[in-house]
Amino acid sequence: MNFDDTTQEAAFRETARKWIDANAPRELHAELSKSSLGRIRLAQHDIVDVGKAWQKKKAEGGWACLHWPKEYGGRGATPIERVIWQQEEGVYGKLTQPFQIGEGMCGPTVMAFGSEDAKRRYLPKLASGEEIWCQLFSEPSAGSDVAGLRTRAEKKGDNWIVNGQKIWTSGAHYSDYGLLIARTDPNVPKHKGLTMFFLDMKSEGVEVRPIKQANGMQEFNEVYFTDVVIPDSQRLGAVGEGWSVSLTTLMNERMSIGSRLATGVPEMFEFCSNLMLEDGLAIDDPAVRSKLASWAAKSNGLKYTSYRTISALSKGERPGPENSIGKLVSGMMLQDIATYAMDLQGAAGVLTGSDEETVQGQFQQMLLSSPSMRIAGGTDEILRNIIAERVLGLPGDIRVDKDVPYNKIPTKGR
Amino acid sequence: MNFDFSDDQKQLRDQARKFLTEKCSPKAVRVVLDGKAPYDKELWKGLAEMGFLGVAIPEEFGGAGAGHLELCVIAEEMGRANAPVPFSSTVYLAAEALLIAGSDAQRKKWLPAIASGEAIGTLALFEGKGNPSPKNVKLTAANGVLNGVKKPVADGAIADFAVVAARNGSSGRDSDISLFLVDLKAGGVEVKSLTNLDPTRGQAEITFEDTKAEPLGAAGEGWSILTQVLDRAAVLCAFEQVGGSDRALEMGRDYALDRIAFGRQIGSFQAVKHMLADMYVSATLARSNSYYGAWALSTNAAELPEAAAAARISATQAFQHCAKNNIQVHGGMGFTWEFDCHMYYRRANAMALGLGSLSYWEDQLIDRMRKKNAA
Repeated sequence: MNFDDTTQEAAFRETARKWIDANAPRELHAELSKSSLGRIRLAQHDIVDVGKAWQKKKAEGGWACLHWPKEYGGRGATPIERVIWQQEEGVYGKLTQPFQIGEGMCGPTVMAFGSEDAKRRYLPKLASGEEIWCQLFSEPSAGSDVAGLRTRAEKKGDNWIVNGQKIWTSGAHYSDYGLLIARTDPNVPKHKGLTMFFLDMKSEGVEVRPIKQANGMQEFNEVYFTDVVIPDSQRLGAVGEGWSVSLTTLMNERMSIGSRLATGVPEMFEFCSNLMLEDGLAIDDPAVRSKLASWAAKSNGLKYTSYRTISALSKGERPGPENSIGKLVSGMMLQDIATYAMDLQGAAGVLTGSDEETVQGQFQQMLLSSPSMRIAGGTDEILRNIIAERVLGLPGDIRVDKDVPYNKIPTKGR
Repeated sequence: MNFDFSDDQKQLRDQARKFLTEKCSPKAVRVVLDGKAPYDKELWKGLAEMGFLGVAIPEEFGGAGAGHLELCVIAEEMGRANAPVPFSSTVYLAAEALLIAGSDAQRKKWLPAIASGEAIGTLALFEGKGNPSPKNVKLTAANGVLNGVKKPVADGAIADFAVVAARNGSSGRDSDISLFLVDLKAGGVEVKSLTNLDPTRGQAEITFEDTKAEPLGAAGEGWSILTQVLDRAAVLCAFEQVGGSDRALEMGRDYALDRIAFGRQIGSFQAVKHMLADMYVSATLARSNSYYGAWALSTNAAELPEAAAAARISATQAFQHCAKNNIQVHGGMGFTWEFDCHMYYRRANAMALGLGSLSYWEDQLIDRMRKKNAA
């Protein structure tokens, strides 16, 4: 048991470190370091602009999407080399936020199901950040039950005509392409009538509208499709095979290692170390210590769980299922920590201003944002189902709509 | 990074599991549970023959001289099997205290006897209510004899010797505390068995009255040695707790697959699935924290105090959580004496207190994190 690199890994780390030292946008280092809890605040710059610049530089140096094959814009790196790169990229990794969906989900799907022409045309530009991709899966009536989606694609000659609505699309407003799953046959059971496409987000009939979220911010979009034309050459996988194609996409989402998930523990530890209560510092209060210790132990547990995954990758093994707990644990923890931090502030905890007493309102922001952590990318409940079914081997739910033609499934509860 | 046990260590784990599956069935555990024997003597002998008792004891003292990582994988299996033997008292506490602070003569006398299964050892620390603290040590040491009462002492009624924490000063500092070795079979002590939550591991009260004792480690170093012993034991117990958590989770999972209610496997209901998924989450966090503890223990790293506290907290919570919900998954059957669920429930809750309570270790973790942050 040790935390050392192998000789090969150490050499790779050295190369990566040197390149980053020479090329990273150091002027952003301070601001990026301060951006915690997944929220990036840059005073002078737009994250997409500076992100694109960094991604382009990386691509030129051979460090973009480095686990992809060279011919598609990658470096042909091993999974452990990718992890080492992420560790070395450090805070600059936050600049990759606009590309994560493309790199993590859309790219791998194109790689698995696209034609050779499509792969050579789209993947290198995706990798270099020149073109940004978004993912168009969720719909107002199809969240956890994404196979229940309604957006229709109808064949007309060599084209498909798309009508419908997607929701929760991160980055749709600055994306160039989108990965779209749509219903091509409503007369068969829901999983069987779906087909996967990609499309130009500038196509006529695509309308992107920002969603004002419960926390008052606008990070996601609704995307409306009105008679949007998609050439059949932009279909990924066979007609009616969209569900199994989407599983490739989602599997890639879960393969990524959750080492960058925020838990709120370092922020909370610092907060409690400085907060004066009636009888002294919060961190000297037994009730505070008890909660803080439990959270710290959980947070450490997540960190060392990711180390176990990294070790498996380092040995060239397929990681076990243990990393599937990351988002489930950290999402709930963020919400609990935010609630408790505000509790410690007493009546003043209600204030969201940026004065010193409330620590720039960071826990209030965390409280308002944390519900999305427990929903986006698989709700807590879906994640528990996945653990129960795929890890523990428990039976799947009894699905009352499984063998029913899609257009015979009820659409209203009452 | 290689944050995993080696193939040899995993092989040792398999070997231990096979041995314990055969020699330590729930039926065998029940002999002790039902009070028909104070511990499983046959199993103890077998563990000695397998070399498990002395796995981390150096060869020169009759052990296998393997190391703490090897001891961790065996500990996990001991927890999984709910073994009714004085393993933690003898191996994690008494042997570790001797390894840290024992004189050559003391090690030569006791360590080979531990490895061969001839001697059972324990730590006599607690004196009634309260957590590990110099303030709670009232038993006195003066002129080579001890006076006072220790309780609860794990496995005290079957132990051959004890490491005893005693007070030989009243300055209010940690240096008031020294450790002593007492041969419990040499007379001068009164030992009384106490009823307790987990009858598969006995608890006793030991009264010392002008009892002859020899110092273990330097005078005034007792508390510092004890802290190290407790940290090591916290990691090793965490592995037992991880083994117990996994077993409780498996029992719950298996029952959820077998049991039919409302015309379907109860494991197909989300209320049951989610309970089991949450148990898996706890057990996974505990395992990962324990691995870090194992690394720190085996390398004697400066991180050990923090790693041990985190492993202890995580593993205590996981075992309590898994044992409790295993009963819940079983429903009424889980509350019968006949089903094995309560054995793990008892063990989980007894282990949660043995080295000091959860709140004690939470307190320790915060202190140690602050120390690290300040450094």
